[in-house]
Amino acid sequence: MIWLIPIIPLAGSLIVGLIGRRMPRTLATVIACGTPSLSLLLSVMAFVRLLQMPAEGRLLRSSIGSWIASGDFSVSFGFLFDPLSAIMALVVCGVGLLIHIYSIGYMAEDRDYHRFFALLNLFLAEMLVLVLADNYLLLFVGWEGVGLCSYLLIGFWFERPAAASAGTKAFLVNRIGDGAMVVGLIWMILLFGSVDFQTVLTDAPTVLVYGSVTASLLTLLLFIGATGKSAQLPLYVWLPDAMEGPTPVSALIHAATMVTAGIYLVARSAPLFQLAPVSLEIVAWVGGLTALYAASIALVQTDIKRIIAYSTISQLGYMFLGLGVGAYAAGIFHLMTHAFFKALLFLSAGSVIHALAGEQDIRKMGGLRQFLRVTAGSFLVGALANAGIAPFAGFWSKDEILAAVYASGHGPLWVIGALTAAGTGLYMFRLYFLAFEGKSRLDAHMLSHLHEAPWSMRLPLVLLALGSATVGFVGVPPGSGLLQRFLGPVFPASAHEATAEPTSEVVLAVAVLAMAVGGIVMAYRYYLLDPQRSEALAARYPALYRTFFHKYWVDELYETAVVRPTVTSARTLSELFDARIVDGSVNGIAALAARAGSLLRRLQTGQVPTYILSILVGAVVLLGYLAFSG
Amino acid sequence: MTATVPLNAYLILSAALFVIGVAGVLIRRNVLVIFMAIELMLNAVNLTFVAFARFLHSMDGQIIVLFVMAVAAAEVAIGLAIIIALHRNKESMNVDEINLLKG
Amino acid sequence: MSPTGGPILSMLIIIPLCGALVLVCIDGAREALIKRLALAISSLVFLLSLIVYAQFDPATAGMQFVERAPWIDSIGSSYLLGVDGISLPLLLLTTFLTPIAILASFSGITSRVKAYMICMLLLQAGMIGVFVALDLILFYLFWEGMLIPMYFLIGVWGGRRRVYATLKFVLFTMAGSVLMLLAMIAVAFLHQGSTGRSTFDLLELIGGSIPYGTQLWLFAAFALAFAIKVPMFPFHTWLPDAHVEAPTAGSVLLAGVLLKMGTYGFLRFALPLFPEAAAAFTPLISVLAVIGILYGALVAMVQDDLKRLVAYSSVSHLGFVMLGIFAMNVQAVEGSILQMVNHGLSTGALFLLVGMIYERRHTRMIEEFGGLSRVLPRFALCFLVVTMSSIGLPGLNGFVGEFLILAGTFRAHKGFAILAAIGIILAAVYMLWMWQRVMWGQSRRAENLTLNDIGRREMAMLMPIILLILWIGLNPNPLLRRMDASVAQLVEQVAGSPKADLPLLLRGFALQGLQPEFAHAIFTPNSQPRNPCESWN
Repeated sequence: MIWLIPIIPLAGSLIVGLIGRRMPRTLATVIACGTPSLSLLLSVMAFVRLLQMPAEGRLLRSSIGSWIASGDFSVSFGFLFDPLSAIMALVVCGVGLLIHIYSIGYMAEDRDYHRFFALLNLFLAEMLVLVLADNYLLLFVGWEGVGLCSYLLIGFWFERPAAASAGTKAFLVNRIGDGAMVVGLIWMILLFGSVDFQTVLTDAPTVLVYGSVTASLLTLLLFIGATGKSAQLPLYVWLPDAMEGPTPVSALIHAATMVTAGIYLVARSAPLFQLAPVSLEIVAWVGGLTALYAASIALVQTDIKRIIAYSTISQLGYMFLGLGVGAYAAGIFHLMTHAFFKALLFLSAGSVIHALAGEQDIRKMGGLRQFLRVTAGSFLVGALANAGIAPFAGFWSKDEILAAVYASGHGPLWVIGALTAAGTGLYMFRLYFLAFEGKSRLDAHMLSHLHEAPWSMRLPLVLLALGSATVGFVGVPPGSGLLQRFLGPVFPASAHEATAEPTSEVVLAVAVLAMAVGGIVMAYRYYLLDPQRSEALAARYPALYRTFFHKYWVDELYETAVVRPTVTSARTLSELFDARIVDGSVNGIAALAARAGSLLRRLQTGQVPTYILSILVGAVVLLGYLAFSG
Repeated sequence: MTATVPLNAYLILSAALFVIGVAGVLIRRNVLVIFMAIELMLNAVNLTFVAFARFLHSMDGQIIVLFVMAVAAAEVAIGLAIIIALHRNKESMNVDEINLLKG
Repeated sequence: MSPTGGPILSMLIIIPLCGALVLVCIDGAREALIKRLALAISSLVFLLSLIVYAQFDPATAGMQFVERAPWIDSIGSSYLLGVDGISLPLLLLTTFLTPIAILASFSGITSRVKAYMICMLLLQAGMIGVFVALDLILFYLFWEGMLIPMYFLIGVWGGRRRVYATLKFVLFTMAGSVLMLLAMIAVAFLHQGSTGRSTFDLLELIGGSIPYGTQLWLFAAFALAFAIKVPMFPFHTWLPDAHVEAPTAGSVLLAGVLLKMGTYGFLRFALPLFPEAAAAFTPLISVLAVIGILYGALVAMVQDDLKRLVAYSSVSHLGFVMLGIFAMNVQAVEGSILQMVNHGLSTGALFLLVGMIYERRHTRMIEEFGGLSRVLPRFALCFLVVTMSSIGLPGLNGFVGEFLILAGTFRAHKGFAILAAIGIILAAVYMLWMWQRVMWGQSRRAENLTLNDIGRREMAMLMPIILLILWIGLNPNPLLRRMDASVAQLVEQVAGSPKADLPLLLRGFALQGLQPEFAHAIFTPNSQPRNPCESWN
């Protein structure tokens, strides 16, 4: 029955995509939104069944037959529903359903309404394959499948050159990670003879030696795949550009679900990573640095969606930070809360963009709260959750990660995390204050256009706001909440995060909270009370400001260090080496034959006596040879 | 055996005729003369065959001569036809002017 | 020994030949009739080949449906046909693609339709013959014979530089195959030398004891012929020219079937006949294959002509196939055979698609297009599926083949597999960049805005391919299962040989070189030397 969960949206996608145009729009919409509802229903049913089982054996399996069988290697279309998959499936279906509903309003006027829903359904199907697969290869099907959907949805408005190249960029950057992952998978086959989670994860301690190079390399290959999909350093560059896609796509794919696939992969492979302390250390540091790095860029951006996109990268960094110090459950917890508040933030931003007829520059907004009450309220909830203010969802999960980081003895990483928390408060509320508070900077045309979104868009906002406010409580008290106890059996026993003493944990939580509040206060003073002061600040540190604003020039660096050399060398290879040398030598041989022919044709004088003379000379030479050779 | 002309005499005569033929082919410019010189060479060879046939008491040589004569007759028929055609086209019997096959 | 009792493989060859004869007798002006008849005949052949597929016994490693008849007794060559798990997929690919290629020619070919269709049917017969012939001389006959219709297809119905392209194609191929013919004769003579029986029967020749040094030379001769056909890296330049000039159907069959003959030749002849030499050549050929993968992809990236781009992508894809073949384990070889089929489907479909927009716009230059997704939504959907299959998206056919090849290669040699994985990344680069410039963005020419989307006939060409792409992607097992036994047997024959590295290979050439017994066998074929003058006594 588990396999039905991804199949239903797939069927929906096919129906809406192939014959959706020929049916009434309402029917197409019902099908498009009905399939995620059905999947959600099935997931909830499976979840309930899971809860009825004893805590240690919570596992549902189903298989729809063999996929590839060649020699001694075989892999099947097997699905698995355990606590980790359950959380992921519920988040994907739940948030996915809300975003489908939101899209009814958001995409109502788009001429490619059907294509949009077909792709959204397809995405849901692939994402569910990813989280429900019981082996790495099927996971990889979903992995690349969501990449394809992401590509097609970023390039949804493909006539815009920026959207078209953003789509290509996303696919290609992801493909780099995927290439590493494929190598990881084939290595896994060599080591374990299988790609089934059960075989690989159970056999891992016997096959791989703790701390061995093999274990480190194998897990790092998987992690490179994860950095591509989850937009971590150095492969994060596609995610900000991905904001060229429609906003519901940004919310669903590029915030709530697809980009968390990397987190899921690492968490799923926890028994492997446990054997590779070096890899874990790298995961933690990449996560921590990405968190700080992306937050610093988000401080100065002006596009409402890009700020949230950098915030996503930063929050994903937190999750990796948690995974890297062995706090897998905390990472998944943050994944879950983040799915709510980040989807909320994006959808609110989408509502703003919808209201302003496509305007995304926060310098041109301001004072929107008077006009868009629901949107502003839900955005505020999302911002508070994202900034990690108690008791909103983000606080609990972020606090748990940072507590685990501290408890595991990574002092510097804790400092980085705390700094990022301050930065998060600052950029989130800079965005909130500039867009929703203060004086309106809208022009008359926009003011006349301004309207609150239809109910289909407001409903998901309200629901997600409720979720963002409350979902954190499933992880309370820290370390032993409902969620942690539910997830506990999935992760290796040694990975249960070392918990610090309760008192120091409270101190740490208060310290981080204070940093976040400090960020918010700073945003209030610099952007709401006295906007000139922020410009003065930028003017005082021009180098820093420019570095942040130009995103550390990483795009430019890749352009000059990777893209252009590749294209240039390919061009050289094609025009010089292939055309001149390889093909040249082929044509050269042909020309040589022709040259030899034209030399030899001189012998052909057409004079009969010459021919006879040569016959004679030849005959004499031949006879002479026969006579004297004995 | 009564005294007969020795084999060598035939061979020398035949060689002489052959060389005359070769020289004729190489030196003369008139196509018709060259053609006749070729016939001379063929007949020189025929003479050798006949001489050896007699010397070895085998009829093989005689038979081959008959073959050669038949071929030569055919060759004359075709060759003369070609020469006539050439003469009509080129108005010349000079072999130096006939070089249509020049590469 | 055919389960049906009938000579079904011969029928597969004879029906298109007879069809060609029938077409000869029809008035050339009745084009519609000729087209339909050609389509019907080739479809009939496809249906017959389905019987072969259905009655094929997956458990048998050896040849099935074997037919044997005396042919040229004086040299021991016989008419010997058979199918096993290695040739079956390729046989089906051939019979499947030919009707589609004929259907694709309905609109593109306007002159000398009769001669064209006759060529197509002759080509079909030749291609099928190559995949079922088990006698070296018979194989050579089909191998060379199939060049003739292809020569005309490109040379008569091709583009502007067709004469250059077709000459290059034919001469290049022949240069290799002449050496192969020599090597075939040498193999037969060596066999006669050791057993006293003159034969060109492949099954009998396999397992013969050819000395190592001689094997190297013979393998090199076979390998050159096949490497040119594949085409492997330094011998690939005929391919882009031939593809650019060929008519659509010619490109489809060239890429879909003809290139597979090279890789098939390695599997069928070069590896089992000379296992030790094959092992010695493995490093060299693997390196060339990897170079081909990366090189083809890089060069494809910067092509301006869609057909050239696809042609270079073929070089890259076939590099994968070669790499898999020379990894010499079950997964890699099965992946390679599957990838041959996959490449035939996806590249065949790509050429069909390029042909479709060429018929509409009379250009293949990438810069002329842009934004076609808006004007041609159905075309875009088909193109997308095929592109993704070519990139190797999991769930479509390309992935299964590539993954098996990589998994198998990784067992044999980690470095090559890792480099090949870079090829997967590059494949996405050139295909998606092309996609972005052709299908997305703004249209760069006004003509593009008024194009008609693909019609029913074109859908009829594409749908079977797309369904197969999906079917093989999701359920490759029916094909893999039929390969299993034969591939396992082949791997066993070959893999037992000692592996050699490059220096050893060169030393083998230099020191052992042309061994005396080899030269002896060539120049004095019979065991007792005889004096040519004896009969004169």
